[in-house]
Amino acid sequence: MMSKIVRTITNILYSSIMIFGFYVIMHGHLTPGGGFQGGAVVASGIALVLIAYGYDTVKSWIKKSNLSILESIGGLAFIGVAFLGIGTTFFYNFLANSGTLFGNPTVIGINPGDLNTAGALPLMSWAVGLKVLAGLGSIVLLMAYGIKKGDGK
Amino acid sequence: MKKYIALVALLVVSGFFLLSAIEMHSFGSPAEEDMDRYFIENAQEEASTNNVVTSIVFDYRGFDTLGEATVLFTAVVGVSLLFRRLIK
Amino acid sequence: MIGNLPFVACVVLIILGLYTLIFKRNLIKIVIGLNLIECGVNLFLITLGYKSDSIAPIYTMAGKEEMVLPTPQALTLTSIVIGLATTALILSFAILIYKHYKTADASKVRRLRG
Repeated sequence: MMSKIVRTITNILYSSIMIFGFYVIMHGHLTPGGGFQGGAVVASGIALVLIAYGYDTVKSWIKKSNLSILESIGGLAFIGVAFLGIGTTFFYNFLANSGTLFGNPTVIGINPGDLNTAGALPLMSWAVGLKVLAGLGSIVLLMAYGIKKGDGK
Repeated sequence: MKKYIALVALLVVSGFFLLSAIEMHSFGSPAEEDMDRYFIENAQEEASTNNVVTSIVFDYRGFDTLGEATVLFTAVVGVSLLFRRLIK
Repeated sequence: MIGNLPFVACVVLIILGLYTLIFKRNLIKIVIGLNLIECGVNLFLITLGYKSDSIAPIYTMAGKEEMVLPTPQALTLTSIVIGLATTALILSFAILIYKHYKTADASKVRRLRG
């Protein structure tokens, strides 16, 4: 548990870091970013809360079983979206240029981007972002637990 | 005595590395670029996205991303296995 | 004017990592040396794909149409995540060795004790 100044600044900065991380995941097909980079940013936000408040307080806010369920959902959604285009081949982009969920065609050449394009890419980006977020958060929480519990042996 | 042998070995290896770094092809003109020219020209029609790197990671080479997601999952399982004995 | 200086910078990082891996005895410093070698190799992969007078391979509000090669950047993403998995596992091993032997010196943890 760190001092009062660190805890106050963490309370203010935590929401900005999470929103920036989810923005980087969401706009992966228009600007630099994507699933892995956004997941790492959100996991660093979780690590900031863990350092500022100590392990005993954070243990009751974030449960390890919830993070494990999130990681499994991310992995299964990635493979599910890959299997849906099995008519042509594995990993086929079946939603691009089609007109339904993410299906606007892109203007060829230099253009300001449109969020509604790029088919199955935002769905796969969300799945990988969830997986990286839950995996890095689990690693950091397990290491904090392992350091603390062995002292009283 | 062992330290001197290790130091001489490190100097020889670093000499080879530096020599090969100086004698590489000139910085700014890559050797082969046919595959990347295809990716840059056709990524906007086929994958319908503005970001060419994301279309390579998720659409043209999605199988490597599947393998890397498996590596991340294995790392989490390995760390959770090592800290298991302390949980009563 | 620049010559081959970016390639030499990547090789200097790898040599510094090798020196730390061989000559230091603290466990955490050995992990830092392994991470330095990883960073040098990732930087070398990205440096291989540069074309003169080109910009990043993204079409949103770009300046011109000559772009660098995008394939090494996609492969470096995978390599960074694999390096992270390796570092997490080796740090967990370092924590367990410290708890069991009560010392962090790599030359004193040789005997198998019960």
